Amino acid sequence: MRTNTIEVTDVAKSFGDNPVLKQISLRLPVGQIMGLIGPSGAGKTTLVKAILGMEKVDAGTTTVLGTTMPNRQIMQRIGYMAQSDALYEDLTARENIRFFAELMSVPKAKLTAAIDHAATVVNLTEALDRRVSAYSGGMKRRLSLAIALVQDPDLLILDEPTVGIDPELRQQIWAELNQLRDAGKSILVTTHVMDEAERCDYLMLIREGIALAQGTPGALEQEYAVPTIEQVFLKAGRLQDESHRDI
Amino acid sequence: MRVIAIFKRVIRQMLRDKRTLALMFIAPLFILSLMYFLFNTNSASVAQIGVSNVDASLVKAVKNKHVKLHYYAKTTTAKTAVREDNLAAFIQQKSGKLTVTYQNSQPSDSALVRQALQGGLTKLRVQALVAATNAQKQALTAQAKALKTVMAQQKQVMAAQGQRGATNATTSPTAKLKAPKTYTVTSHYLYGSSDSTFFDTFLPILLGFFVFFFVFLISGISLLNERTTGTLTRLLATPIRRGEIISGYLLGYGLFALVQTLITVTFALTVFKIHMLGSVWLILLINFLLALVALSMGIFVSTFANSEFQMMQFIPILIVPQVFFSGLIPVDQMATWLQWIAHIFPLYYGGNALMDVATRGVTLSGVAGELGILLGFTVLFTILNVVGMKRYRRV
Repeated sequence: MRTNTIEVTDVAKSFGDNPVLKQISLRLPVGQIMGLIGPSGAGKTTLVKAILGMEKVDAGTTTVLGTTMPNRQIMQRIGYMAQSDALYEDLTARENIRFFAELMSVPKAKLTAAIDHAATVVNLTEALDRRVSAYSGGMKRRLSLAIALVQDPDLLILDEPTVGIDPELRQQIWAELNQLRDAGKSILVTTHVMDEAERCDYLMLIREGIALAQGTPGALEQEYAVPTIEQVFLKAGRLQDESHRDI
Repeated sequence: MRVIAIFKRVIRQMLRDKRTLALMFIAPLFILSLMYFLFNTNSASVAQIGVSNVDASLVKAVKNKHVKLHYYAKTTTAKTAVREDNLAAFIQQKSGKLTVTYQNSQPSDSALVRQALQGGLTKLRVQALVAATNAQKQALTAQAKALKTVMAQQKQVMAAQGQRGATNATTSPTAKLKAPKTYTVTSHYLYGSSDSTFFDTFLPILLGFFVFFFVFLISGISLLNERTTGTLTRLLATPIRRGEIISGYLLGYGLFALVQTLITVTFALTVFKIHMLGSVWLILLINFLLALVALSMGIFVSTFANSEFQMMQFIPILIVPQVFFSGLIPVDQMATWLQWIAHIFPLYYGGNALMDVATRGVTLSGVAGELGILLGFTVLFTILNVVGMKRYRRV
């Protein structure tokens, strides 16, 4: 019925005199994993927050699940994992997940099952009753992901989800993301790990607030005539710098 | 219920933080005890009393080791003497009338003077009573003597037929029986009133202050942490209303404030046997409202701080001035412009209401105005908070 989970049209945003996003448009179709790649400071997080309706944009519109953002009710259907772990350190992992699940209106009857499932996905079942203050960086990252998953959202927005997570678990998490995608969920991932970019269905390269290139990983590699996404990124960046010089 | 989720989380976090809990519940008891001993047991001090035109016998009776007497001319006015020479009290006499002017800035000194004066007057009365009894005894013996002489005289008179000098002898001893001198005492207080002992007066205000201070600090810092660790942003990425976050906080910390008040009031009532004229429930209600003001104000102020240390910097600016205007120093004796300033501080209203209830037994209707204003403060700051959170999410 609806084809795009996210539609971003000509969004622009500056902080003071510093433009962070310049006329970015983005479409995330249902049942796809989309990767936003770009160096830090490229505007990825700002774009994510604009999509969530948490950042006021100067121009353009964002629509999520057919509703123009900002919209409070739609938040319930978005699983969001922020770039920095926002956790209550003096509570246990279980209490953290439960708290956010309650805010997301997960029905009481399903609460325990939902918490257990989310913890299993990120492999935290054993440590669920430990205080977060005793967690390692990677464990906190996984807990943040579990919180994003707990209400079984239609759209997952993950801001740098795999920082500090070991390769084995990263595999596991990607397997879960693929499974979710196959179940009809849409996923937006920001990353600057290039081998992760290869796993996305669709990629968007952001640099200096501009969408440099977009397409499936294969199509991008073909377009720039290079074998890897990393090289696509480097080449696209060089071209951007050259065009600046021309002006 | 998202408010309940926030409420439960606040409670859980507080219970986990044992040190903060101890600060909130035990620190007030510690400070109260300290003040109790500081202000209620200074038997070593000596109160300075000025006397003018007072009977020497009374002065002598009043003297004890806790008071020092200074003599003044008849024309001296009490106010100037008390102010200039820093006297605890000034006693003037006009025939049988004693006028005592207490400085009363230190109720413990006033108590010493009252004790000395009371003791002195009692001593005089006893002396007078003893004197009267003695006089009566003398009179009786004199009468007996007189009777004897009369009888002897009569015998003689019967013999000699003369009866004139006898009547004079019977009347004279009764004239000697003078009534003991009584004094009427009128008291004036330059500051405060007669029923102020330091502790009694200040306890209700202190209760309010503790609640205000701790709730302000703890809630402000906790919201600040929520902001700096990013959990506030994370919270706002859920469908929660901004008002629900603030309400959850109000409920959670309000509960702790109630428990804190309950503990301190019970402690003061049972351990120090403080007199509380009004209803304890009304005291709790006032403190709860004060806590709500402190909470909404703390949360509001925390948005202007970037660290706990910056939060602490608000204490001298926002908390200390409130103490001055809370009633510890009588506001109605301040300069007019200071009195106006007093009216912008929540603790002024809270302190007034607490004093009225605790020391004057005022009922709910009597403090309704103050309660309304406190509620107004809460509403104002809550609205500011809810609007201010728009920075983090547009809806």
